[in-house]
Amino acid sequence: MKKKSIALTTLIALTFGFVGTAIAECTNDVWNKVMSRGKVVIGVKADYKPWGFRDSDGSLVGMEIDMAMDVGATLGVEVELVPVQSSNRMQFLEQGKTDMFIATMSDRDDRRKIVGIPQPNYYTSGTNIMSPKALAFKEWEELRGRSVCGKQGAFYNKIVTERYGVNIVAFTGNAEAKQALRDKKCVAWVYDDSSIGSDLASGDYDEFEMPLMSEDDNPWGLAVPLAENDCILGRFMSGMVFNWHQSGQLIEWEKKWGIKPTAFLADYHENYKDWLSN
Amino acid sequence: MIETITSFFLQLADDYPRWNFIFFYDSFQWWRLVGGLKMTILLSIACVLLSVVIGIVGAWLQGSPKRWVRLLVQGYIQFFRNTPPFVQLLFFYFALGQITPTITGPDGWTEVPLISNVGWAIISLSFFAGSFNVEIFRAGIEAVPESTREAADSLGFSRFQSYVELVMPLAFRVSLPALNNNLVNLIKTTTQAIGIAVPELLYECVGIWNDYPSALYPTMTVLFVVFIILVGILVAGMHKWEKSMQIPGYGAS
Repeated sequence: MKKKSIALTTLIALTFGFVGTAIAECTNDVWNKVMSRGKVVIGVKADYKPWGFRDSDGSLVGMEIDMAMDVGATLGVEVELVPVQSSNRMQFLEQGKTDMFIATMSDRDDRRKIVGIPQPNYYTSGTNIMSPKALAFKEWEELRGRSVCGKQGAFYNKIVTERYGVNIVAFTGNAEAKQALRDKKCVAWVYDDSSIGSDLASGDYDEFEMPLMSEDDNPWGLAVPLAENDCILGRFMSGMVFNWHQSGQLIEWEKKWGIKPTAFLADYHENYKDWLSN
Repeated sequence: MIETITSFFLQLADDYPRWNFIFFYDSFQWWRLVGGLKMTILLSIACVLLSVVIGIVGAWLQGSPKRWVRLLVQGYIQFFRNTPPFVQLLFFYFALGQITPTITGPDGWTEVPLISNVGWAIISLSFFAGSFNVEIFRAGIEAVPESTREAADSLGFSRFQSYVELVMPLAFRVSLPALNNNLVNLIKTTTQAIGIAVPELLYECVGIWNDYPSALYPTMTVLFVVFIILVGILVAGMHKWEKSMQIPGYGAS
């Protein structure tokens, strides 16, 4: 496969009589694969309401699923959704199990070394906890030495462990972690404030609250294979996100899925506004 | 010495960004790995011992003259052998964990269960492997000639006496190769305890490679190497045991 594409690139380079390094590096393997089979495989969350979760009939729905579907529609190809976890989304992409993923990932420096994260970012969230009202936490410091349920693969597990000496008990899935909190096996559940917010709004967590100041606000990014970030696929996805910001589509989806309006999206919408439109 | 090692791996991480052996120069990650290794060893030893005990007791109860005891053992075997160990683990921790007694913590809200997630992992994995062990020992017992057992009976041995002093010592030799297999599997199955957040080796490794994506390959390499060594130690020990118990002329030599 690789050999073939190298040969092809060489051929193209020879035909046009020049070897520009930037062009020679772009094999566009994934882009070509998507186009030739007429299907794009996108990794999404299946347990992260309201971004990606399962409907009562078992189908995947959510804001990021809407985004994924829009990508497919724009490309004019079929979309296959693959449920991913925080702890395996980058590996799935690297192995070629998915062509890209839109899976609530915080855009971090060390992650950009593994996967391509086309700019701009499409959302942002901070770290907060869901804890029982009975415990009435007010400061992060109060969590020192306590057992707090978490999720394998979240980058802030490390941050709160180091900063506040919290003992993170990390489960593989959100469902298990939240069940452990309900079973009173830990004093809180540390996660993204946007997700906790929508859990609390669902009415299933009446005796819980989100009592602390959110920390480490971090923009989210979708991801494409690192090798294709500066090639067609990465550039295309940059365009998709830019367009969602400019057209206000992200804000519309935010409303549709009952997510608390964020200044982040409003600012981007304002900054990217078309100067000719009114 | 340690200086050279840390600087070597620092350099390696610099030269090859995908081979960041973070735990060989970052002491926090190192102790995470060591903690995970300790937990895996603890789980392995506890589960191996408990599952063998379950196997021996279960095989004895299988030969009980009372029908309901035999049915009970059979039911246990069918349940634990025919369901996935991961499902059992979740069931024990989340379902049974709710009805077991708890102590309310000093904050008046947290409930500290009498059996922790480590406890449930040991119980669930031991019962899982134990159900196989019962059948393994049964095969060994059935290989003991009927006439030998009858000889014990006629000498006035009770059922318990003949099981402990005669049948089991002979049956054990026959059972060892199959037991060996099952225990190897058991040690590997301890990684499933990650499902209920037991901080064993896989749990810590997943944690490390999530915090440092560049450490994915090194951490996986370490996982493989550690399990090859752990299982290797078990197999070597079992093999030695098999050799030392060999009776000339009895079974294959």
